[in-house]
Amino acid sequence: MDLDFQVILDNFTYFMIGRYPNGPLGGLGLTMYLAVVSCILSFFGGLILGLLSLSRYAVIRYPVNLFINTIRGLPLLMVIFWMYFLLPALMGKTVPESQTVIMGLTVFTSAYMSQIVRAGIMGVPKGQTEAAISTGLKGWQTMLYIILPQGMRNMIPSFVNQFVSLIKDTSLAFIVGVSELTHVGTQVNNRTMSYPTEIFIFIAAVYFVLCFAFTSFSRWLEQRLAWRKSI
Amino acid sequence: MLKYHFDWSIITSGKYFEWLVSGLKITLELSAVGIVGAFVLGLVIAVLKMSNFKPLRWLASVYLEFFRNTPLLIQIFFWYFGSYKILPTAVNEWLNNTNFEFAAAAIALIIYTSAFIAEDIRSGILSIPKEQMEAARSAGFSFLRSMQYIILPQAVRITIPPLVNQFLNLAKNSSLAMTIGVMELTYQARQVESYSFKGFEAFTAATVVYLALSVSITFLMDLYNKKVLNPQRS
Repeated sequence: MDLDFQVILDNFTYFMIGRYPNGPLGGLGLTMYLAVVSCILSFFGGLILGLLSLSRYAVIRYPVNLFINTIRGLPLLMVIFWMYFLLPALMGKTVPESQTVIMGLTVFTSAYMSQIVRAGIMGVPKGQTEAAISTGLKGWQTMLYIILPQGMRNMIPSFVNQFVSLIKDTSLAFIVGVSELTHVGTQVNNRTMSYPTEIFIFIAAVYFVLCFAFTSFSRWLEQRLAWRKSI
Repeated sequence: MLKYHFDWSIITSGKYFEWLVSGLKITLELSAVGIVGAFVLGLVIAVLKMSNFKPLRWLASVYLEFFRNTPLLIQIFFWYFGSYKILPTAVNEWLNNTNFEFAAAAIALIIYTSAFIAEDIRSGILSIPKEQMEAARSAGFSFLRSMQYIILPQAVRITIPPLVNQFLNLAKNSSLAMTIGVMELTYQARQVESYSFKGFEAFTAATVVYLALSVSITFLMDLYNKKVLNPQRS
């Protein structure tokens, strides 16, 4: 067992940012871009789906829950492939791979985020809703000003965990040929031929540092919220 | 908008149907191997993580954190492309004589999922009041025997729903094995698509199969929750 990590040093910038600034952003930079954009989009997606899934109208509730459960029953890879086929057909033009992946990740993660939103909203005591309604607030005002702000606090650690999953899930962009970290790793591996062990250990370490930082952050948040609740 | 001619007959019979069925078979095989392996390994890691011996606990924590916080895809690539340099020659020879793609995917799935399973098992065990362990120890059982006879039988009951959820995740995650050429369901759906250009049909078939799998398991779990965990309610 003799590992030679020189190959990592030689390609370090390529791993981190791809050909940027002389070419498109790639590597870790693109991974982060995909994760952050999908995270923002699926935050709103999850919020909307979560609220709709709690609607008092069955006509809204049932189809939304069906959609959420369908997505949750599928592998992410399947969702990405569906986007790959559906988006061009629906929009009548070709869609860049990175946008396909962002759409796939957003749809997939929104379904999971909606469950967090649901649990967060249902975790707010019922008395809050009743009190708000009896002070004369309308239904949507109660949700927006009373329930969501309180529920959101409990959702934050789960959101951060979901973001960690999202970072890991961006590796699937490799399959449709987006040159994020995993893709760049396989590229360098194909080019250099004899250092697969070193390259994949390095890539795993990069993902680990990133994800572990956010996991620890979420744990810290959770403790802090528990502490604040206890006083 | 859609000028697409649907032809469902190609996936309900003939060559493409057989491809999809053989893909399903491999998905199920890979899932079965993965579930058994991940459960056993997860159990071991969970017990290590709760041992009284600090280095073992620390080792288990490193294992858990590392494998939970790296993408499965990278782990699959590592075992497939990169593991030969760090594995002993005997293991490499054995792997080369088996179906290596399948083995690499199975190893990656087992290790990745075991890290999640270990945490579920651990929280199941921690939910058993610690007096149970104290009573067992003072009755003269060793740590391992107390686990075996007193704690685990109780913990298993509450751990089953999250565990089954992880098993379902494993089955869905097995679709990533296609990237290293394991001819499972997603791989075959893509294969049908590239041979027949009938992507919608092929992916619908695969989607329906995955959904049938998860819906039936979710249904069984609901039943379990009603009959076993909260029997008084029904």
